Amino acid sequence: MAMTIDVQVVSAEGSIYAGVADMVVAPGEMGELGILPRHAPLLTGLRPGELRIIHGAATEYLFVNGGVLEIQPHLVTVLADSAERATDIDEAKAMAAKQAAEARMAGQTDQMEYAAAQAELLEQIARLKTVRRLRDQGLLR
Amino acid sequence: MANAKEIRGQIKSVKNTRKITRAMEMVAASKMRRAQERMRAARPYAEKIREVLGHLAQAHPEYEHPLMQVRPIKKAGFIVVTTDRGLCGALNVNVLRNVVHKMHDLHEQGINADLAVIGNKGLGFLRRHNAHLVAELNGLGDKPRLTDMIGPIRAMADAYAKGEVDVVYLVSSRFVNTMLQRATLEQLLPVEKPEVPAEPRGERWDYIYEPEARPVLDRLLQRYVESVVYQAVIEHLACEQSARMVAMKNASDNAKRMVGDLQLAYNKARQAAITQEIAEISAGAAAV
Repeated sequence: MAMTIDVQVVSAEGSIYAGVADMVVAPGEMGELGILPRHAPLLTGLRPGELRIIHGAATEYLFVNGGVLEIQPHLVTVLADSAERATDIDEAKAMAAKQAAEARMAGQTDQMEYAAAQAELLEQIARLKTVRRLRDQGLLR
Repeated sequence: MANAKEIRGQIKSVKNTRKITRAMEMVAASKMRRAQERMRAARPYAEKIREVLGHLAQAHPEYEHPLMQVRPIKKAGFIVVTTDRGLCGALNVNVLRNVVHKMHDLHEQGINADLAVIGNKGLGFLRRHNAHLVAELNGLGDKPRLTDMIGPIRAMADAYAKGEVDVVYLVSSRFVNTMLQRATLEQLLPVEKPEVPAEPRGERWDYIYEPEARPVLDRLLQRYVESVVYQAVIEHLACEQSARMVAMKNASDNAKRMVGDLQLAYNKARQAAITQEIAEISAGAAAV
């Protein structure tokens, strides 16, 4: 039997995904992480980006907006701040949000607000990147 | 015959009121179902995060995060969860009574309190009583999101980290079942150390941390606190809807009974008038 790893993606608002995978690729704070079964226990933060759950020929794409990743040898737990299925992302909306964030950044001098706008911008860029790549692969529309 | 007409007017107005309370009852019933679902959906996250914290406590029994430090209490903080709207029975009253009692107890020990309040009803009440509010939040609607709540949570957590308050209580309601909601007061900060699983695994193991243990733990604990408050808010929302449903059902039942009583009074008055008329006519006929 091929070795697999259990994957659970939960956000505060609900469980997003639960299943098994051959490999999980997650956007770690220090760079992208590829997780195979029997990975050493690891705990890290996540930055906004895409989470890929590869099982056989199928790949599930999820978008996470930061969070915490816990790895145990046979279990990957993603505690996402918010997560959505990549196919649910509306490109036009993400684009509009990105532009709004850019405009806010241009107009803000206050440091706190600048940081907030920047975080928002990064999130929208990551979201756009995910959806564009999906479309290039012909997985979307 | 003025009396009968008055009663007719009253019947009509009570019937109209009943229509409204019936409608509110049904709206609350359907909202309650959704609120309960949301409450259930949030559970896995809270469980998972507690699990990870449990692993951590096992790996680092000696580690003490700033949010876990127990200090002598000089000043207390409260996060009070109430509803935005009324007409939901004694729900908010029970929560606020808890707050007032606790504040009174603390006051007798010379401890003052800062409050972060979620929901209009608590805001109005506590403002009238000159409580010291440090953060407030209202207009959450039916689908509150965690991001909306970060303000008041952060205000309290920061105050705790800076040593401005030495304990933070979370006051809200627990959903027992549709008929019963219990007001609760629990300690949010300092975070109580999660219980270490009963059977110790043979060897101690630890995570690899990226980039380092401290920032990852900070992140995790902060999220833990947020998830506890979020859970309380959505649970309170489910409580609100079920309390409203029950309150409106009682109101509808009472209205129904009142219509019955009024109808009886109306019939009696009408019958009395007819009897009197006949008596007058027959008395007139006898006189002729």
